[in-house]
Amino acid sequence: MKLRRVLALAVGLSIVAAGCGGDGNGTSGKVSGDRSVPDAGKVVLVTHESFAVSDPVLNAFEKETGITVEILRSDDAGAALSQAILTKDDPLGDVLFGVDTTFLSRALDEGIFVPYEADGIERVPEVFRLDTESRVTPIDYGDVCLNYDIGWFSRAGISPPSSLGDLAKVDYKSLTVVENPATSSPGLAFLLASIAERGAGGWEDYWRSLRDNGVLVVDGWDQAYYDEFSAGGGSGERPIVVSYASSPPADVIYAEEPKSEPSIGVVEASCFRQVEFAGILRGAPHELAARKLIDFMISKRFQEDVPLQMFVFPVVRDAELPAAFEKWAVVPSSPLTLEPAAIAEGRDAWITEWTDIVLR
Amino acid sequence: MPFAFLGLFFAYPVVAIMGRGLVPRGSIDLRPLRDLVADPGMRRVAWFTVWQATASTVLTLAVGLPGAYVLARYKFPGKAAVRALATVAFVLPTVVVGAAFVAVLGPGGPFAALGLERSIAAILLAHVFFNYAVVVRTVGTFWASLDPQMGEAARVLGASRRQVWWHVTLPSLAPTIAAAASIVFLFTFSSFGVIVILGGPARATLEVEIWRQATQMIDLPAAAALALVQMAAVIALIVALGRIQELRAVTRRLVAARDSARRPAGALQWSMLVGNLLLMAVLLATPVAVLALRSVRIAGSFGTSFYVALVESGRRSTLFVPPLEAVWNSVRFAVMATAIALVVGGIAAVVIASRPSRRGAVLDTLLMLPLGTSAVTVGFGFLIALDEPPLDLRSKPILIPIAHAVVAIPFVVRSVVPVLRSIDPRLRDAAATLGASPGRVWREIDLPMVRRAFAVAAGFAIAVSLGEFGATVFIARPDYPTIPVAIYRFLGRPGEMNFGQAMALSTILMVLTASAILAVERVRVRDLGDF
Repeated sequence: MKLRRVLALAVGLSIVAAGCGGDGNGTSGKVSGDRSVPDAGKVVLVTHESFAVSDPVLNAFEKETGITVEILRSDDAGAALSQAILTKDDPLGDVLFGVDTTFLSRALDEGIFVPYEADGIERVPEVFRLDTESRVTPIDYGDVCLNYDIGWFSRAGISPPSSLGDLAKVDYKSLTVVENPATSSPGLAFLLASIAERGAGGWEDYWRSLRDNGVLVVDGWDQAYYDEFSAGGGSGERPIVVSYASSPPADVIYAEEPKSEPSIGVVEASCFRQVEFAGILRGAPHELAARKLIDFMISKRFQEDVPLQMFVFPVVRDAELPAAFEKWAVVPSSPLTLEPAAIAEGRDAWITEWTDIVLR
Repeated sequence: MPFAFLGLFFAYPVVAIMGRGLVPRGSIDLRPLRDLVADPGMRRVAWFTVWQATASTVLTLAVGLPGAYVLARYKFPGKAAVRALATVAFVLPTVVVGAAFVAVLGPGGPFAALGLERSIAAILLAHVFFNYAVVVRTVGTFWASLDPQMGEAARVLGASRRQVWWHVTLPSLAPTIAAAASIVFLFTFSSFGVIVILGGPARATLEVEIWRQATQMIDLPAAAALALVQMAAVIALIVALGRIQELRAVTRRLVAARDSARRPAGALQWSMLVGNLLLMAVLLATPVAVLALRSVRIAGSFGTSFYVALVESGRRSTLFVPPLEAVWNSVRFAVMATAIALVVGGIAAVVIASRPSRRGAVLDTLLMLPLGTSAVTVGFGFLIALDEPPLDLRSKPILIPIAHAVVAIPFVVRSVVPVLRSIDPRLRDAAATLGASPGRVWREIDLPMVRRAFAVAAGFAIAVSLGEFGATVFIARPDYPTIPVAIYRFLGRPGEMNFGQAMALSTILMVLTASAILAVERVRVRDLGDF
């Protein structure tokens, strides 16, 4: 009766599996049972699926401070924030990284963060320090911009677009793919860019003209970039896409065959700036270690690691950019932006209105 | 025990999260629910959810039943491989399959002329692609062990082919067809990735709306109200389908699969076989082939550099997942999830099948619920429900195989129950009369008959776990990235290499799944030849 053995094995395995609960990540099983004696040598960073830091940089922090960093991830910035709000009476970890400009007001209103003024915060320009009470610390910023396929435009003999307005012109009919602001963070940023540029009375007409000019809307960035954009490496055919100011260096760094220049250009006048923040969660069991982690995240070492790890830009003045960024990345001098409070207030209505204009 | 498991890891978290949304300050606040019902946009979403799921289910049955027949009744070389390939489709991450469908149906693809890009047809096709294996495996397994002599006897007595089908074969198959249909319906009812990628932004299911409210709008009460509506619809459906299954449960003589399958004879049978294989080639193999091709096609020529890049050691980063580690994590979770699912699901199946009691019916319904429940609901539910010692599991890796097992259990139950129910109780009675203990009756009568069903169930559980992404990604978890999670990370950033590596990992996932299923099906030892 082989099957009996298989079943016995299955029972055994499931018991083992059930028993594994506590030992999955070292000491945590005990710690969470007795919160009065937290493990000072540890900090739990709650974040999204695209958070990245290079191992040597993280190891250096762990070695210098004796603090072990445990990273908990879940889907995207929105999911991580939602979870933090749900668990605010009993936080999942100590530090939440990934709240951006568009979610900042919401996060602050929910009261999930405690104030902490990081060591070295004076190296971060005022323009990024959006919370006057220091409940969050800016860690990086990135611009969402229109990208275009350089080769496509030179072959077609048309000059690439240079402004938001260009997309509504007949020369650029059916050339653009954008993300749905209801489901995608760059999609929302681009809608905000149009609102920042055209103002409360003008953005609706702008989108009506884009719709009439054959703009394609997809739900996610990866579909827009890989499935529809002609220079994304996938099967797409549209030469204009909403993506990031760092797409050109990424295009060079992740090229299959080494290339000397990117095949992607950035429309500087279309860029919308998003700042990404970290904050210490209220009720964090390891608050002291959490402070050290925040300090570390604006240290020169971590900040200089940010571009090649997350394809965004460091916020501190003294961080140097890697060569590929120095050469190919676009940093618009006066990017479009909106106040976090204005975004929090307008967001739902804007998205509904946008959906009515463009999709219905 | 199945009650306890599902109560703890499904019902409790789901109720907790809905409670948090709808009872925010100790008193019930039904405003989100009222707003929801009053919103014509939401009514559209609900209607679309129901009708696309119905259409997908009907279509999958129409395409899958002939396939199940062919695989059950005909012997032909490469049959095991064909079965395994059909199952591969079932596990592929929707992001990847979505990209493959866009490549196949979109401009520049081989089927661009059909103009199916971003149409309902594309959604339905993708649903058939994913769920074909559900029909072929659940119905096909049962069909293979139905004694063909019954139909043959009817033919000898003068029944036409059609009469045999309507009066003999179909009634015997009805419970398993209902089982397969309910699984397909629930899966497509809670469809997410396919709708988002292939349906375009103007179409949404309840599942998509729940995700959007919970993670993009951060409106948890609205998400909870939507989850409640989704849950109510799913319960109503399962209860209705359960009735059909109970009504039609008939005992049948079961035989070993190898005795019921024969080589096709005559033009009709050959064309049936060839036709079905061709259909599978177009429907299942095309997207799979497109993926495999993309993983080796580099700037117009062929090469392995995406695979080489996967094992490259120079990229030391918390984001970077060495492929071997992803494979190892996936395999480990799959083994744990399968073990849990087989034990819990096996016991549940026995309880449900043993007597048509109320308790069995409730358990049956409860077991099916996870298939139609939003991954966000379950993932967030874990967070707020499992946060107290001794069950402070919320950021523990063990939650991953548990979440996978919760999804896999219905497959185990639905594969095993029809077989258990069709065992003639007189056999058990006879054994008991002859002095066998209940344990011995189970061991000597039931077990040999359900072995094959268990092998199929194990195959499903492995496949579910290897391909699971939705529930995994909403659990806040320490870094044990599985293959689908690694694929998702690659697709999250620009650059040819990232895209290519996602395709390479998808191909690895397909190969891994096919091998695992072939291996499990090999384990199914002596068939029902014992008596």
